[in-house]
Amino acid sequence: MAIKIQSPLTRDDAKKLRAGDSCLISGVIYAARDAAHKRLCQLIKDGKTLPFDVKDSIIYFVGPTPAKPGQVIGSAGPTTSYRMDAYSPDLIAQGQTGMIGKGKRGPEVVDAMKKYGAVYFGAIGGCGALLGKCIKKSEVIAYDDLGAEAVRRLTVEDFPVVVIIDSLGNNLYETGRDNYLKSLSEK
Amino acid sequence: MREINAKLITQTVKKLCIEANCYLGEDIKDRIQKFYEEEPWPQAKEVLGRIIENYNIAKDTDQPICQDTGMACVFLKIGQDVHVVGDIKEAINEGVRQGYEEGYLRKSVVRDPIDRVNTGDNTPAMIYFDIVKGDKIEITIAPKGFGSENMSRIAMLKPSDGLQGVKDFIVQTVKEAGPNPCPPIVVGVGIGGTFDKAAYMAKEALLRPVDVHNQTPFYAQLEGELLESINSLGIGPQGFGGKTTALAVNIEWCPTHIAGLPVAVNINCHVTRHKTEVI
Repeated sequence: MAIKIQSPLTRDDAKKLRAGDSCLISGVIYAARDAAHKRLCQLIKDGKTLPFDVKDSIIYFVGPTPAKPGQVIGSAGPTTSYRMDAYSPDLIAQGQTGMIGKGKRGPEVVDAMKKYGAVYFGAIGGCGALLGKCIKKSEVIAYDDLGAEAVRRLTVEDFPVVVIIDSLGNNLYETGRDNYLKSLSEK
Repeated sequence: MREINAKLITQTVKKLCIEANCYLGEDIKDRIQKFYEEEPWPQAKEVLGRIIENYNIAKDTDQPICQDTGMACVFLKIGQDVHVVGDIKEAINEGVRQGYEEGYLRKSVVRDPIDRVNTGDNTPAMIYFDIVKGDKIEITIAPKGFGSENMSRIAMLKPSDGLQGVKDFIVQTVKEAGPNPCPPIVVGVGIGGTFDKAAYMAKEALLRPVDVHNQTPFYAQLEGELLESINSLGIGPQGFGGKTTALAVNIEWCPTHIAGLPVAVNINCHVTRHKTEVI
């Protein structure tokens, strides 16, 4: 049974989630990927204000396709997260509590997640058409010049994700594989 | 000598860019469906079910299956009795430009790998020409996403590494990639040739339908054996655990130097896209 989550997500709520939990996210999340992360972290370094409130935020690593007439957004599945590893720890230190992407994360990110209390969700990669339907509003709020890489404020409804890494450092990529292989040897 | 106007190439490229991105090939769909039915691990089956739901939504709404609509890799087999009237490379890029704009596809190309400014129209395409017999042109568009491209590897093995070295490198590449390239994946392999030829063959291997084996019995058997090894790693769809890590292993091979054993692995995701038309 999927756990319903509201975004913004408080640290306390983020800490309750465990690797392997299926969740449905509703509320406001922010879209940002490589180029936007680079700019956001430069702002942090320079002590400047970020284009959105990072505290308790969930950031979705996504660069959607353009919306067709009448559509809110085009296809919008996750991009591979490790490219954001250089930036995520700084944003987590600023109060970010959730990330949505796909694929492995580096130890520096997991350390920051454990230290501050944050969670890493996986959405199904390559399912952009399906995931785009869960996005009910989309608005570019910064870096329009980056095109697909601009920062967007997204309102989502029952956006399906799975907790990959929780705030204790448990990792579904390890436990999922191990449990499956164990099930074979038990047969 | 048959004359083909470059404008016809533009129109064909444009159409194929849109179709390849919105409608998944029957061979891949059949393979995903088969593996869905055979998958023993419940979480893995659920993910495969979502993947099937997704490509059906894309087809019914004429929208991209995945938001990474890729770099446009364009393969042309040009009959030697064809004369193209006009600038063939510009015609291809114009087709990509129009297809990505009119098809509402994402523009994912930067003009320089270091300064990284988006070209805004998904050009330039990666173009590969081949000259063949006849008076026709076969055009294939394969939009390539980079989540999987980034997990691809090449090794210049020693002849003494032999068959076992080749197998180990391929399986190890898939293992290290883990969840990153959006499994279930299609594994394109190029064995032999030179450094660049091996990489090219690995990409070319991804154009072959997943239900067609290499014509050489030895390599056909190797494809089956490698698929079995990869699907016992336990990575599973999206890396959540399960049997279905790869949908197929496609190998291309060619002669090589006495001192070398090049092996390239080009990984593609479950959205392995390619569309061909002959003009």
